[in-house]
Amino acid sequence: MTQTEFLNIVMPFKDKVFRLAKRLLVSQEEAEDATQEVLLKLWNNKKQFEKYRNIEAFSMTMTKNFCLDKLKSKHAQNLKIVHSNYKDNNVPLQKQVELNDSLDWVGKIMEDLPELQKIILQLRDIEQYEFSEIAKMLDMNETAIRVALSRARKTIRKRLTNTHSYGVK
Amino acid sequence: MVLNNIEQLIEKYENGTTTLQEEQQLKDYFSQATVAPHLEAYQYLFKYFLHTQNEQFTKTIPLKPKKTKKMYKWISVAAVAVLMFGIYMTSTSKVSNGMTVEQELAYNQTKAAFNLLASNFNKGTQKKMEALGIMTNSLEEGNEKFAYLREFSNSTNKIFKND
Repeated sequence: MTQTEFLNIVMPFKDKVFRLAKRLLVSQEEAEDATQEVLLKLWNNKKQFEKYRNIEAFSMTMTKNFCLDKLKSKHAQNLKIVHSNYKDNNVPLQKQVELNDSLDWVGKIMEDLPELQKIILQLRDIEQYEFSEIAKMLDMNETAIRVALSRARKTIRKRLTNTHSYGVK
Repeated sequence: MVLNNIEQLIEKYENGTTTLQEEQQLKDYFSQATVAPHLEAYQYLFKYFLHTQNEQFTKTIPLKPKKTKKMYKWISVAAVAVLMFGIYMTSTSKVSNGMTVEQELAYNQTKAAFNLLASNFNKGTQKKMEALGIMTNSLEEGNEKFAYLREFSNSTNKIFKND
Protein backbone atom coordinates (compact mmCIF):
# COMPACT_ATOMS: atom_id res chain seq x y z
CA MET A 1 0.00 0.00 0.00
CA THR A 2 1.40 3.39 -0.94
CA GLN A 3 1.22 6.53 1.15
CA THR A 4 -1.46 8.11 -1.02
CA GLU A 5 -3.67 5.05 -0.86
CA PHE A 6 -3.31 5.05 2.89
CA LEU A 7 -4.10 8.75 3.12
CA ASN A 8 -7.18 8.27 0.97
CA ILE A 9 -8.46 5.71 3.44
CA VAL A 10 -7.58 7.76 6.49
CA MET A 11 -8.59 11.26 5.34
CA PRO A 12 -12.38 10.89 5.76
CA PHE A 13 -12.21 10.05 9.43
CA LYS A 14 -9.02 11.69 10.70
CA ASP A 15 -11.02 14.69 11.95
CA LYS A 16 -13.32 12.38 13.86
CA VAL A 17 -10.34 10.75 15.50
CA PHE A 18 -9.00 14.16 16.42
CA ARG A 19 -12.30 15.37 17.84
CA LEU A 20 -12.74 12.26 19.94
CA ALA A 21 -9.18 12.63 21.23
CA LYS A 22 -9.82 16.25 22.06
CA ARG A 23 -13.06 15.41 23.81
CA LEU A 24 -11.21 13.02 26.07
CA LEU A 25 -7.85 14.77 26.49
CA VAL A 26 -9.25 18.35 26.41
CA SER A 27 -5.99 19.97 25.36
CA GLN A 28 -5.53 20.74 21.67
CA GLU A 29 -1.85 19.75 21.60
CA GLU A 30 -2.39 16.46 23.33
CA ALA A 31 -5.26 15.65 21.01
CA GLU A 32 -3.05 16.38 18.00
CA ASP A 33 -0.32 14.15 19.35
CA ALA A 34 -2.79 11.40 20.06
CA THR A 35 -4.22 11.63 16.54
CA GLN A 36 -0.77 11.40 15.01
CA GLU A 37 0.00 8.44 17.20
CA VAL A 38 -3.17 6.63 16.21
CA LEU A 39 -2.65 7.27 12.50
CA LEU A 40 0.94 6.12 12.77
CA LYS A 41 -0.13 2.91 14.41
CA LEU A 42 -2.56 2.40 11.55
CA TRP A 43 0.21 3.05 9.03
CA ASN A 44 2.51 0.56 10.70
CA ASN A 45 -0.22 -2.06 10.72
CA LYS A 46 -1.32 -1.37 7.18
CA LYS A 47 -0.54 -4.90 6.10
CA GLN A 48 -3.38 -6.16 8.25
CA PHE A 49 -5.92 -3.77 6.78
CA GLU A 50 -7.69 -6.53 4.92
CA LYS A 51 -8.45 -8.26 8.19
CA TYR A 52 -10.45 -5.38 9.59
CA ARG A 53 -13.90 -5.09 8.13
CA ASN A 54 -14.36 -1.48 9.12
CA ILE A 55 -11.19 0.54 9.44
CA GLU A 56 -12.99 3.65 10.62
CA ALA A 57 -14.67 1.85 13.50
CA PHE A 58 -11.40 0.14 14.31
CA SER A 59 -9.57 3.48 14.44
CA MET A 60 -12.20 5.01 16.68
CA THR A 61 -11.83 2.09 19.09
CA MET A 62 -8.09 2.52 18.97
CA THR A 63 -8.38 6.23 19.66
CA LYS A 64 -10.67 5.62 22.59
CA ASN A 65 -8.32 3.06 24.13
CA PHE A 66 -5.27 5.18 23.47
CA CYS A 67 -6.77 8.28 25.07
CA LEU A 68 -8.08 6.41 28.09
CA ASP A 69 -4.64 4.89 28.61
CA LYS A 70 -3.10 8.31 28.36
CA LEU A 71 -5.54 9.74 30.86
CA LYS A 72 -4.78 6.91 33.23
CA SER A 73 -1.01 7.31 32.99
CA LYS A 74 -1.00 11.09 33.20
CA HIS A 75 -3.78 11.63 35.64
CA ALA A 76 -1.95 14.20 37.72
CA GLN A 77 -0.67 16.15 34.76
CA ASN A 78 -2.04 19.55 34.00
CA LEU A 79 -4.29 19.72 30.99
CA LYS A 80 -4.55 22.93 29.06
CA ILE A 81 -7.90 24.12 27.84
CA VAL A 82 -7.54 25.60 24.42
CA HIS A 83 -10.61 27.12 22.91
CA SER A 84 -11.12 26.99 19.23
CA ASN A 85 -12.41 30.07 17.50
CA TYR A 86 -16.06 29.82 16.84
CA LYS A 87 -17.07 31.37 13.58
CA ASP A 88 -20.48 32.85 13.93
CA ASN A 89 -21.01 35.82 11.69
CA ASN A 90 -23.98 38.15 11.32
CA VAL A 91 -24.66 38.20 15.03
CA PRO A 92 -24.27 41.35 17.11
CA LEU A 93 -21.12 41.33 19.22
CA GLN A 94 -22.88 41.25 22.57
CA LYS A 95 -25.03 38.37 21.48
CA GLN A 96 -22.00 36.63 19.99
CA VAL A 97 -19.99 36.88 23.19
CA GLU A 98 -22.93 35.57 25.12
CA LEU A 99 -23.36 32.72 22.70
CA ASN A 100 -19.69 31.81 22.74
CA ASP A 101 -19.76 31.82 26.50
CA SER A 102 -22.66 29.44 26.49
CA LEU A 103 -21.02 27.26 23.87
CA ASP A 104 -17.90 27.08 26.00
CA TRP A 105 -20.14 26.29 28.89
CA VAL A 106 -21.55 23.27 27.06
CA GLY A 107 -17.99 22.07 26.47
CA LYS A 108 -17.15 22.51 30.13
CA ILE A 109 -20.23 20.63 31.23
CA MET A 110 -19.23 17.82 28.89
CA GLU A 111 -15.80 17.73 30.50
CA ASP A 112 -17.39 16.85 33.80
CA LEU A 113 -19.21 13.83 32.42
CA PRO A 114 -17.86 10.34 33.01
CA GLU A 115 -15.51 9.16 30.25
CA LEU A 116 -17.90 6.64 28.77
CA GLN A 117 -20.75 9.15 28.53
CA LYS A 118 -18.38 11.63 26.92
CA ILE A 119 -17.37 9.11 24.29
CA ILE A 120 -20.92 8.07 23.53
CA LEU A 121 -22.19 11.63 23.33
CA GLN A 122 -19.30 12.55 21.07
CA LEU A 123 -19.86 9.61 18.76
CA ARG A 124 -23.61 10.05 18.58
CA ASP A 125 -24.38 13.76 18.72
CA ILE A 126 -21.29 15.16 17.06
CA GLU A 127 -20.06 12.41 14.76
CA GLN A 128 -23.56 11.05 14.15
CA TYR A 129 -22.81 7.36 14.14
CA GLU A 130 -25.61 4.79 14.21
CA PHE A 131 -26.12 2.94 17.48
CA SER A 132 -25.01 -0.30 15.85
CA GLU A 133 -21.70 1.31 14.85
CA ILE A 134 -21.12 2.72 18.32
CA ALA A 135 -21.92 -0.66 19.81
CA LYS A 136 -19.21 -2.20 17.65
CA MET A 137 -16.66 0.47 18.49
CA LEU A 138 -17.17 0.29 22.22
CA ASP A 139 -17.95 -3.40 22.39
CA MET A 140 -21.20 -2.75 24.26
CA ASN A 141 -24.82 -3.59 23.55
CA GLU A 142 -27.12 -0.93 22.13
CA THR A 143 -29.41 -0.71 25.14
CA ALA A 144 -26.54 0.12 27.46
CA ILE A 145 -25.42 2.79 25.02
CA ARG A 146 -28.90 4.32 24.87
CA VAL A 147 -29.09 4.41 28.65
CA ALA A 148 -25.71 6.09 29.00
CA LEU A 149 -26.55 8.54 26.22
CA SER A 150 -29.86 9.44 27.79
CA ARG A 151 -28.16 10.04 31.11
CA ALA A 152 -25.52 12.25 29.54
CA ARG A 153 -28.07 14.31 27.62
CA LYS A 154 -30.25 14.81 30.69
CA THR A 155 -27.28 15.86 32.82
CA ILE A 156 -26.18 18.44 30.30
CA ARG A 157 -29.69 19.80 29.80
CA LYS A 158 -30.24 20.06 33.54
CA ARG A 159 -27.01 21.96 34.10
CA LEU A 160 -27.60 24.15 31.07
CA THR A 161 -31.09 25.19 32.14
CA ASN A 162 -29.81 25.84 35.64
CA THR A 163 -27.04 28.15 34.51
CA HIS A 164 -29.30 29.71 31.94
CA SER A 165 -32.11 30.59 34.33
CA TYR A 166 -29.87 31.58 37.24
CA GLY A 167 -27.58 33.56 35.05
CA VAL A 168 -24.59 31.99 36.73
CA LYS A 169 -21.71 31.54 34.37
CA MET B 1 -41.89 23.10 12.13
CA VAL B 2 -44.56 22.70 14.74
CA LEU B 3 -43.41 23.41 18.27
CA ASN B 4 -45.38 20.47 19.57
CA ASN B 5 -43.49 18.16 17.31
CA ILE B 6 -40.17 19.57 18.52
CA GLU B 7 -41.13 19.04 22.13
CA GLN B 8 -41.96 15.45 21.41
CA LEU B 9 -38.68 14.99 19.64
CA ILE B 10 -36.80 16.47 22.59
CA GLU B 11 -38.54 14.06 24.90
CA LYS B 12 -37.42 11.22 22.68
CA TYR B 13 -33.99 12.73 22.38
CA GLU B 14 -33.50 12.79 26.11
CA ASN B 15 -34.49 9.17 26.35
CA GLY B 16 -31.92 8.29 23.72
CA THR B 17 -34.45 6.88 21.30
CA THR B 18 -34.29 9.37 18.43
CA THR B 19 -32.97 8.30 15.07
CA LEU B 20 -30.25 10.21 13.30
CA GLN B 21 -32.83 11.85 11.03
CA GLU B 22 -34.83 13.08 13.96
CA GLU B 23 -31.72 14.45 15.58
CA GLN B 24 -30.94 16.26 12.37
CA GLN B 25 -34.41 17.81 12.49
CA LEU B 26 -33.72 19.05 15.98
CA LYS B 27 -30.40 20.49 14.90
CA ASP B 28 -32.04 22.26 12.00
CA TYR B 29 -34.70 23.71 14.24
CA PHE B 30 -32.25 24.99 16.85
CA SER B 31 -29.92 26.53 14.34
CA GLN B 32 -32.65 29.10 13.61
CA ALA B 33 -32.19 32.58 15.02
CA THR B 34 -35.24 32.43 17.27
CA VAL B 35 -36.56 29.50 19.22
CA ALA B 36 -39.22 29.12 21.83
CA PRO B 37 -37.91 30.75 25.05
CA HIS B 38 -38.33 27.67 27.23
CA LEU B 39 -36.18 25.69 24.81
CA GLU B 40 -33.30 28.16 24.65
CA ALA B 41 -31.00 25.94 26.68
CA TYR B 42 -31.22 23.31 23.97
CA GLN B 43 -30.21 25.86 21.39
CA TYR B 44 -26.77 26.17 22.99
CA LEU B 45 -26.45 22.44 23.15
CA PHE B 46 -27.19 21.86 19.49
CA LYS B 47 -25.21 24.88 18.36
CA TYR B 48 -22.26 23.52 20.28
CA PHE B 49 -22.63 20.19 18.51
CA LEU B 50 -22.72 21.89 15.13
CA HIS B 51 -19.67 24.00 15.93
CA THR B 52 -17.53 21.17 17.18
CA GLN B 53 -18.45 19.13 14.15
CA ASN B 54 -16.44 21.53 12.04
CA GLU B 55 -13.27 21.25 14.01
CA GLN B 56 -10.49 19.79 11.93
CA PHE B 57 -7.18 18.11 12.37
CA THR B 58 -4.72 20.43 10.67
CA LYS B 59 -1.39 18.89 11.48
CA THR B 60 0.35 16.79 8.88
CA ILE B 61 0.57 13.08 9.34
CA PRO B 62 4.19 12.01 9.66
CA LEU B 63 4.47 8.68 7.93
CA LYS B 64 7.44 6.33 7.94
CA PRO B 65 9.14 7.57 11.07
CA LYS B 66 9.74 4.02 12.18
CA LYS B 67 12.39 3.40 9.55
CA THR B 68 14.39 6.47 10.47
CA LYS B 69 14.17 5.48 14.10
CA LYS B 70 15.69 2.11 13.26
CA MET B 71 18.37 3.79 11.15
CA TYR B 72 19.38 6.00 14.05
CA LYS B 73 19.58 2.98 16.24
CA TRP B 74 21.97 1.20 13.93
CA ILE B 75 24.03 4.31 13.29
CA SER B 76 24.51 4.78 17.01
CA VAL B 77 25.50 1.13 17.39
CA ALA B 78 28.08 1.54 14.63
CA ALA B 79 29.42 4.74 16.19
CA VAL B 80 29.85 3.05 19.55
CA ALA B 81 31.65 0.14 17.88
CA VAL B 82 34.06 2.46 16.08
CA LEU B 83 34.70 4.37 19.28
CA MET B 84 35.44 1.21 21.25
CA PHE B 85 37.78 -0.02 18.51
CA GLY B 86 39.61 3.30 18.52
CA ILE B 87 40.05 3.27 22.28
CA TYR B 88 41.22 -0.33 22.17
CA MET B 89 43.78 0.41 19.46
CA THR B 90 45.28 3.44 21.19
CA SER B 91 45.49 1.65 24.52
CA THR B 92 47.28 -1.41 23.06
CA SER B 93 49.83 0.67 21.13
CA LYS B 94 50.63 2.52 24.34
CA VAL B 95 51.29 -0.71 26.19
CA SER B 96 53.73 -2.03 23.54
CA ASN B 97 55.82 1.14 23.28
CA GLY B 98 55.11 2.89 26.52
CA MET B 99 55.59 6.39 25.10
CA THR B 100 54.42 8.81 22.49
CA VAL B 101 56.45 10.02 19.52
CA GLU B 102 57.63 13.17 21.31
CA GLN B 103 58.68 11.22 24.34
CA GLU B 104 60.62 8.81 22.16
CA LEU B 105 62.39 11.67 20.37
CA ALA B 106 63.44 13.24 23.65
CA TYR B 107 64.55 9.88 24.96
CA ASN B 108 66.75 9.31 21.90
CA GLN B 109 68.28 12.77 22.14
CA THR B 110 69.22 12.37 25.79
CA LYS B 111 70.61 8.93 25.05
CA ALA B 112 72.87 10.40 22.35
CA ALA B 113 74.01 13.14 24.69
CA PHE B 114 74.85 10.65 27.42
CA ASN B 115 76.79 8.55 24.90
CA LEU B 116 78.88 11.56 23.89
CA LEU B 117 79.59 12.34 27.53
CA ALA B 118 80.55 8.75 28.23
CA SER B 119 82.99 8.62 25.30
CA ASN B 120 84.68 11.84 26.51
CA PHE B 121 84.96 10.34 29.97
CA ASN B 122 86.63 7.29 28.43
CA LYS B 123 89.18 9.45 26.57
CA GLY B 124 89.96 11.31 29.78
CA THR B 125 90.51 8.17 31.81
CA GLN B 126 92.79 6.73 29.11
CA LYS B 127 95.05 9.79 29.18
CA LYS B 128 95.18 9.81 32.96
CA MET B 129 95.95 6.13 33.04
CA GLU B 130 98.88 6.70 30.66
CA ALA B 131 100.21 9.51 32.82
CA LEU B 132 99.81 7.39 35.94
CA GLY B 133 101.68 4.57 34.25
CA ILE B 134 104.59 6.86 33.42
CA MET B 135 104.61 8.17 36.95
CA THR B 136 104.77 4.70 38.49
CA ASN B 137 107.55 3.76 36.12
CA SER B 138 109.65 6.72 37.18
CA LEU B 139 108.80 6.02 40.81
CA GLU B 140 110.11 2.50 40.44
CA GLU B 141 113.25 3.87 38.77
CA GLY B 142 113.66 6.27 41.64
CA ASN B 143 113.23 3.38 44.10
CA GLU B 144 115.98 1.44 42.42
CA LYS B 145 118.23 4.45 42.56
CA PHE B 146 117.32 4.89 46.23
CA ALA B 147 118.41 1.29 46.82
CA TYR B 148 121.84 2.15 45.36
CA LEU B 149 122.01 5.10 47.68
CA ARG B 150 121.18 2.96 50.68
CA GLU B 151 123.85 0.49 49.65
CA PHE B 152 126.32 3.32 49.38
CA SER B 153 125.44 4.71 52.82
CA ASN B 154 125.71 1.25 54.38
CA SER B 155 129.18 0.85 53.05
CA THR B 156 130.19 4.36 54.21
CA ASN B 157 128.82 3.59 57.70
CA LYS B 158 130.98 0.46 57.86
CA ILE B 159 134.00 2.50 56.93
CA PHE B 160 133.30 5.14 59.57
CA LYS B 161 132.62 2.48 62.30
CA ASN B 162 135.80 0.77 61.50
CA ASP B 163 137.67 3.97 62.02
